[in-house]
Amino acid sequence: MTTATDIAEAQLKMPVRRDPGVERRLFHRTLKPLIGTPVNAVITLVCLWIMWLGVKGAYGWLVTRAVTEGGAQACKVGQGACWPYYEAKLRFMVFGVYPYDEHWRVALAMILFLGAIAISMIPRFWSGKLLVFWAFVIMATGVLISGGVLGLSYVPTTQWSGLPLSFLLSAVGLALGFPLGVVLALARSSKLPAIRVIAIVFIEVIRGVPLISILFMASVMLPLFMPSGITVDKLLRAQIAIIIFAAAYIAEAVRGGLQAIPRGQHEAASAMGLHYWQSMRFVVLPQALKIAIPPLVNISIGFFQDTTLVTIIGLLDFLSTVRTAMTDPNWVGIAVLEGYVFAAVVFLVFSYGMGAYSRFLERRMRLGYD
Amino acid sequence: MPADSMSVTRLLYNLRFRAILYQVLAVGSIVLLGLYLFSNVSQKLAEQNIATGFGYLSREAGFVISQTMIDYKPTDTYGRAILAGIVNTVWVSAWSVVLASILGLVVGIARLSRNPLLALLAFLYVEALRNVPLLLYLFLWYALIVTTLPAVREAWEVLPHVFVSNSGLTVPSLIWTRAHTIIIVALVLGGVLAVVLHRRMTAERIRTGKDRTTWPWVAFALLIPPVLAFLIMQPEFAVSLPEKGRFRLTGGSQLTPEFTALLIGLALSASAGIAEIVRSGILSVRKGQWEASRALGLRDGLTMRLIVLPQALRVIIPPLTSSYLSLFKNSSLAIAIGYPDLVMVSNTTMNQTGQAIEGIAIFMLVYLGLSIAISLFMNWYNSRVALKER
Repeated sequence: MTTATDIAEAQLKMPVRRDPGVERRLFHRTLKPLIGTPVNAVITLVCLWIMWLGVKGAYGWLVTRAVTEGGAQACKVGQGACWPYYEAKLRFMVFGVYPYDEHWRVALAMILFLGAIAISMIPRFWSGKLLVFWAFVIMATGVLISGGVLGLSYVPTTQWSGLPLSFLLSAVGLALGFPLGVVLALARSSKLPAIRVIAIVFIEVIRGVPLISILFMASVMLPLFMPSGITVDKLLRAQIAIIIFAAAYIAEAVRGGLQAIPRGQHEAASAMGLHYWQSMRFVVLPQALKIAIPPLVNISIGFFQDTTLVTIIGLLDFLSTVRTAMTDPNWVGIAVLEGYVFAAVVFLVFSYGMGAYSRFLERRMRLGYD
Repeated sequence: MPADSMSVTRLLYNLRFRAILYQVLAVGSIVLLGLYLFSNVSQKLAEQNIATGFGYLSREAGFVISQTMIDYKPTDTYGRAILAGIVNTVWVSAWSVVLASILGLVVGIARLSRNPLLALLAFLYVEALRNVPLLLYLFLWYALIVTTLPAVREAWEVLPHVFVSNSGLTVPSLIWTRAHTIIIVALVLGGVLAVVLHRRMTAERIRTGKDRTTWPWVAFALLIPPVLAFLIMQPEFAVSLPEKGRFRLTGGSQLTPEFTALLIGLALSASAGIAEIVRSGILSVRKGQWEASRALGLRDGLTMRLIVLPQALRVIIPPLTSSYLSLFKNSSLAIAIGYPDLVMVSNTTMNQTGQAIEGIAIFMLVYLGLSIAISLFMNWYNSRVALKER
């Protein structure tokens, strides 16, 4: 007698019939793009070869051939990465000529600053309170780095250097360049011809010349334009140049946002009885700035990298301290690649992080969460 | 009295009056600021005894420029030195633009490849270049060239008479004479003639509907001027071959490490940006275009070349313009590794003469002028490829 159980058992013993399409689909999805045509197969082979070379080279340099013990002499003989160099020079590369015993202050300031940036990146925290929080962060980092109060020893700006200086230059440049840029963007789309022309000339001149020329202006020409007896700190001069440069680029990003706002919004604001500044403040700018966020983040990435140019006018930014570390008499000519690789990795991590964040924002906007 | 204040208030609330008032205030404050700065500068310059004016341009420069495209010697004037700097800037930017465009196009297409490995490699290339400052790469390439390549005495002869050493790449060069220049001019002339003739004949073909072969005539127009020039001028093709001497290489022409590092740095960093522009341009072409093209039986390569790229160009050109402009401006980083571009020559000039304002004014004006020229050219090109709507 056959029961349902027998049938079920018989079915279990039958050879498994697989979906006939599985293998074909596997082939189509994964293998065909790789070896579908002869040309593609060759491309795949070449790519694999390049990747193999890259991985082998990096692994050999970082691990197998690396010099892990000994000093400069061992590294001079060795063919790979020089880890003792990092041990000896890491703090100098990061903090530069900032007084050695006070490094904890800049380190703390940097943690505070990066933490504040991380918090500001989370959309949930976007509110007016964030500005108050930032005011506190700026004051705290200022006190920590500069000192002179609360029993902290005073550190002159000539000793501010390394990665903190790079962060400072780009962050202050963007923070102060932003309001200036918004004003410039408004001026450029103003109905008053004189104001529009002033804004256009300012923006286009700044965008038409290299950052170096503006840094040169700030470092060489600005002192001549000051009344006699007044000298401006070198760091401050470079900072002014970066703010002005940032403002011109931010102005263009904001203008793009302004142009995307339909006329109806302006007209509706006027109809509500709002005057120019009110309609900008409450109706137009909130929408325009939201649209401008992704290009603004891209500008920020660019500026973080562009601050390296201050090394040309003699400020000790991060790239500059990395290069100075190489010229240490004990290490000169030994750890060139090590220094640049370290600097490149630091820049890569921060820039890629910001870029990923910008893509996240764009996706979020496309999905209409804002 | 109340009537008076009323009218003042009314005036202040008059939109026309306000518009004029704002503009007068803006212009006035800028003029005042300018006057204030000007008085400061003239006082400072008088105090520090610094000469003013552009008279120094015709004085003898007296410094060496390590490499120039035009004839320059230290006894020439500052003006000529600055001109040599401008030519150097344009030279390195132009070659970088060419290299960056080719690389960018290839990488941009590779990023969209259906082969995942190729797409991954292109992605890594773009991210590695975009997220690290150009200045760092310049220092790195320069250091790699100078430290890892052998000294001149042990120069590698990679090809016969092609030497690689830490003082650059040395290749055989043609000894250039006036005759060669004339032939090149004739070749350009022939090219222009050929293009004009081709247009005329195509227009004729379209007008009359008669299918006549045009290419022999066009080829004729292209070749006649250079061949004539060649026959008349009888140029000599003397080649200067680099030879390895005891201490240095003699003969040939040299790509210095500074130039090479700058060229590679500028071209690579710009190519990453261009790759992204090309990619978004290609993505902007609708899928239907690909499908229609395949339905017509075109292969992938042909589809890309004939259908997709021409349409993508419309999206690509405007951002490409700003990419070229930033490459051109970034060439000013040359000063960091010692390639004698406009900024570096101006800097030397400023240090020697002390006339910082004039020096900076000159190079800012040159950059501004060339930037405007590049954007005008690219706008003209853009208007040509832009969609012609009825």
